[in-house]
Amino acid sequence: MKDREQIAQALAVSGYIADSELATAISLMQRLRRPLLLEGEAGVGKTEVAKALAGMHATELIRLQCYEGLDQSSALYEWNYQRQLLAIQAHKGSDAETIEDQIFSEKYLLERPLLAAIRRAKSPVLLIDEIDRADDEFEAFLLELLSDFQVSIPELGTIAATTIPHVVLTSNGTRELSDALRRRCLYHYVDYPDVDREARIIMARINGAGAALSLQIASMVESIRKEELRKVPGVAETLDWAAALVGLDVRDLQDEIETVHETLMCLLKTHEDKARITREVTERLLGKVA
Amino acid sequence: MSCCGASPDFEEIDEVSRLVSTKLAAFLRTLRDNGFAVGPAEGQDAASLMASGYAARPGLLRSALKHLFSARKSDWEKFDGLFDAFWLGRRVRSRSLTFGAAKAANSPSMKSLQDQGSERGGSQSATDQVPSTGDAPEGQGGEGRMEGASRADNLAEVDFRKLADPEQVAQAHDAAARLARLMRTRLTRRDLARRRGYRLDLRRTIHRNISHGGVPIALVRRQRKGKPLRLVVLLDASGSMSMYTSVFLRFIHGVLDEFREAEAFLFHTRLAFVSDAMKEKDAGRALDRLSLLAQGAGGGTRIGESLKTFNRWHAARVIHSRTCVMIVSDGYETGDAALLGREMAALAKRCRRIVWLNPMMAWEGYAPVAAGIRAALPHVDLYAPANTLQSLSALEPYLAKL
Repeated sequence: MKDREQIAQALAVSGYIADSELATAISLMQRLRRPLLLEGEAGVGKTEVAKALAGMHATELIRLQCYEGLDQSSALYEWNYQRQLLAIQAHKGSDAETIEDQIFSEKYLLERPLLAAIRRAKSPVLLIDEIDRADDEFEAFLLELLSDFQVSIPELGTIAATTIPHVVLTSNGTRELSDALRRRCLYHYVDYPDVDREARIIMARINGAGAALSLQIASMVESIRKEELRKVPGVAETLDWAAALVGLDVRDLQDEIETVHETLMCLLKTHEDKARITREVTERLLGKVA
Repeated sequence: MSCCGASPDFEEIDEVSRLVSTKLAAFLRTLRDNGFAVGPAEGQDAASLMASGYAARPGLLRSALKHLFSARKSDWEKFDGLFDAFWLGRRVRSRSLTFGAAKAANSPSMKSLQDQGSERGGSQSATDQVPSTGDAPEGQGGEGRMEGASRADNLAEVDFRKLADPEQVAQAHDAAARLARLMRTRLTRRDLARRRGYRLDLRRTIHRNISHGGVPIALVRRQRKGKPLRLVVLLDASGSMSMYTSVFLRFIHGVLDEFREAEAFLFHTRLAFVSDAMKEKDAGRALDRLSLLAQGAGGGTRIGESLKTFNRWHAARVIHSRTCVMIVSDGYETGDAALLGREMAALAKRCRRIVWLNPMMAWEGYAPVAAGIRAALPHVDLYAPANTLQSLSALEPYLAKL
């Protein structure tokens, strides 16, 4: 299929270097009109996929960050109570029915991400981030929305979707998702990129990172990931580190072992990990990178 | 091939599907047997994909179907092997080798526990390897039958490994399930009593009082959502535990059935997530599904390694602030004891309580001297015997306090 290469290229233009499997997933997503569920370690760039997708379609990205206790009023819609109260006070004395019709009109409706996503003129990308943090009840509700793409508001009636959004869900695996939701979605497991791809990511994202340096950084990170760490550095951390090194004017990792070791704080985020990667370890790893 | 149109016409689909649908249906069945949750909707989508040109290139088709049919990481990793075996006729063996020495099919201990669970009793000697530290091995050969004649009246006090009569075994299983049910009711009631609204919900209060012109007459309070106690059970299914595994599996089955939130894992040389398999209503069927999962049971025990897998891949998902981790094991570690200590420390940081149930603890002359259990004990909150139903039910008040 040619469209996979096109998709990979289009994603690269928006700053995301995709592997061919992800390109397949995205082409399927459009063909089958199913949401895409992305799972993977923290920091492998799951959220970035949605951003790049929005860039690719040149459309809006609507993001719903999930958290425990997220409910319909902050995810779907809410009435603007303050304005409603003001309207009631202002129209005191007029016919009760007229007031009711007025205060339950769209003018007083506050759109939240999910409602917004189905009412755009052009299909937006709807990113439902960290769905595993939301409660089971919310997940069930989401499932209904994702299959029907319509919302019923008791006071207003049913609102059907004007366009179907491209839906991307991400999960970190803090909670097991329901089988129903998983079945509804296409599944893609986002893994840490290989050295080559990570180097290309660094080059695409960090101004001033040359090919040789990027490759060095990527293979260094790769070998750090193989150490026994409590918190394995993700792509975001790699980019931080690359930015730090470029900012400090490092041209070759071999020449500046001191700087390399000191800037490792960009990658290692717990005390234990920091203690484990001693100077000697850094040197040993750098030796392999050469 | 007219693959450019998004929807190929019906005749074409019809033709291709006649050729492929039988095989596809068989593939779906294979996937379901391997624990994939695929329904007719996925099958339809797959058929339409194949009809629209994906079938021409196996690599592409595999990648496409992988996204469509997988639902979780374990599916994702299994899929390529299954696909190759089914469509390209390659053996999966080369793949399973990379996982380590796990032998498929005949796993003695799982088989024996199934037998004990259903029809036969008595012959449990095959996998019995009582450790060398404690007293001399006793439950060998025909000893079980002798015990049957002089059994104590109260089943609750009989050591599980001395249950031989199938009827008795069944009774013990029922009791274990009942016990799990009892524990749950106590725990839930405590949970309810603790709930109390203590904060005003301004938004809802205003909304509720619009009919009074906005004067807040009826107040709405916010309640904190109660977090039910979650029980995570890690059961040792190694050879040395083989006499107890069957009863504990029944107990776990009851726990999963009755607790609002519970997860179960089985470990021997590696860790297996068994909650899904155990949710089968019928206990016998659940055990059947388990034996597929627990390949290699009955060998040595690598508790440290299994805990490491647990901490790395499952802990974030199954453990929250009100979680009690229950480890059922004799603590005979064949791997690295220092690793076990480290992983226990990491686990202790995550969860509320760790309960270690050791069936051998009640044996006469048993002392926790094995390196494994010695490394683990400092991190354990409660270390208790669990060889009789009574000792299991003694745990309940402790769990209720969490």
